[in-house]
Amino acid sequence: MTLLQETSDFITIFGIDTPWDVLFVIIIAAFLGVELISNVPAILHTPLMSGANAIHGVVIIGSIIVMGHAAQDNYLALGLGFLAVILGTLNVVGGFVVTNRMLEMFKKKEKK
Amino acid sequence: MNNMDLLKISYLLGSISFIVGLKMLSSPDKARKGNLYAAAGMLIAIIGTILFHQNDAGERIGNLAFIIGGILIGTIVGYAIAMRVKMTAMPQMVSLFNGMGGACAALIGIVEMSTHHPTETGERLIIFLGLMIGSVSFSGSMIAYGKLEGKIRDYGSKVQQVFNNTFVFAILGLIIYASVRPDAIGDPVIWIIFGCSLLYGVLFVMPIGGADMPVVISLLNSFTGVAAAFGGFLYDNQVMLTGGILVGSAGTILTILMCQAMNRSLWNVIVGAFSGSSGPGKSTEGLSIREISVTDTAILCSYAQKVVIVPGYGLAVAQAQHVCHEFEKVLEEKGVDVEFAIHPVAGRMPGHMNVLLAEADVPYPKLKEMEDINPALPNTDVVIVIGANDVVNPAAETDPSSPIYGMPIIKANTAKNVIVMKRSMAKGYAGIENELFFDDKTRMLFGDAKATLEKLIAEVKNV
Repeated sequence: MTLLQETSDFITIFGIDTPWDVLFVIIIAAFLGVELISNVPAILHTPLMSGANAIHGVVIIGSIIVMGHAAQDNYLALGLGFLAVILGTLNVVGGFVVTNRMLEMFKKKEKK
Repeated sequence: MNNMDLLKISYLLGSISFIVGLKMLSSPDKARKGNLYAAAGMLIAIIGTILFHQNDAGERIGNLAFIIGGILIGTIVGYAIAMRVKMTAMPQMVSLFNGMGGACAALIGIVEMSTHHPTETGERLIIFLGLMIGSVSFSGSMIAYGKLEGKIRDYGSKVQQVFNNTFVFAILGLIIYASVRPDAIGDPVIWIIFGCSLLYGVLFVMPIGGADMPVVISLLNSFTGVAAAFGGFLYDNQVMLTGGILVGSAGTILTILMCQAMNRSLWNVIVGAFSGSSGPGKSTEGLSIREISVTDTAILCSYAQKVVIVPGYGLAVAQAQHVCHEFEKVLEEKGVDVEFAIHPVAGRMPGHMNVLLAEADVPYPKLKEMEDINPALPNTDVVIVIGANDVVNPAAETDPSSPIYGMPIIKANTAKNVIVMKRSMAKGYAGIENELFFDDKTRMLFGDAKATLEKLIAEVKNV
């Protein structure tokens, strides 16, 4: 941790102190996403979209954090946080299972 | 190692698995493994968060009963829905699950804002933008879901387009105002932004026609990715950042690739040039169509050397993929060379037809992409169009006034004979006439695709 804190400078974006590292992550991830997708055969577009759909289910981690730090008497936060965890899980589980089902069919066919 | 290090390691593993997973999803033989890798990475990141996450005050994750209960409910329900859905209804499912993710992002924004009342402009801006994008993604996905299920019809007008564009700027303006002046409106602004964004999502998708739903779902998919990334920015959470941005950028590129396949710009899709504003294309009044009987079709196909099947959404609706494969096999027993011509945007999602035919065990090499099959079509004896319309419309090449002018098509009109299976003379999703149906070489075979194919199989066996 100390290594990161010593080497990481901060920049103020919209009033938020943002480590430069975060900006690098954003830029590199954005270009990486473009590169990863550019060479995909049309046949895999649907499974790929479905897989990407499951991956943005990572938003569930935000809901766990919100829920995990909600005060015991804050019913709004508890209720909505609980709902958010359920919805996020639906996104993750449903997304991966549907993708797997689609890809299962490709596999079965290739064996022949 | 302390908890913080363990958390970061779990996030690192998660991020790597997303990248490797997405990469593997782009090649047919590794795709399934890639999906499992990404799922495993997600599990690691979730467990890591529950076990090791601490907020700035050093507090660990609490309310574990609620969290684990929520995850259990979501897992059971999500698994049940995903396992039960028919392959033909898959685009709807992707849209539905995408909406769930959007709603999750929106709820995080609401709770965060109403609980902690942050006063810093930047933090407020990030929360509000995440809330807005998540809400638009949620309500938009639900409308897309309804449209694909056939429960919601297209509705739109010029006035609404103008209103939509004004409305989105109004919401953005409100967000900026509420971020710069935290005390100006107070808590109700959260709900106003939430409500307006939900409404905008509905208005945004409502006028967009069925043919453009793949593009819309892909776009909303990348929206949700961006909403997740805003969450990552807010919590300084690396795995949410990488996952969200990867999907945001990959989804955007996928959306653009889809638009290119239709030779249209994303803007053109969004403002809905198809709906209302475009001309009706060349008039086909006075031209007549010719029908063909099932028996004659069977004879024509049985004595052909090469038959190419062009599937479309009609095939999916009629659930006719298995019968279609059966038909192909029966013809091949007669010595006919049968192939499938797959247009990239046929159906309701790119690759929709591939998945559908794969489900029916049609061999991989039989599925030909548009560029590969077009040169072979002049030597093809019979092209059978099953439930496809716009993707074989020659107006895309010949009529500059047509709204689909410039879209690459499967050149069915260059084949020696064309048989079009259709339920009725209804127009395709672009809402324009199709000259192909009135071509001298074309014969219409009306009826439900599945029932007609079943009759055809019986007839071919009798030839």
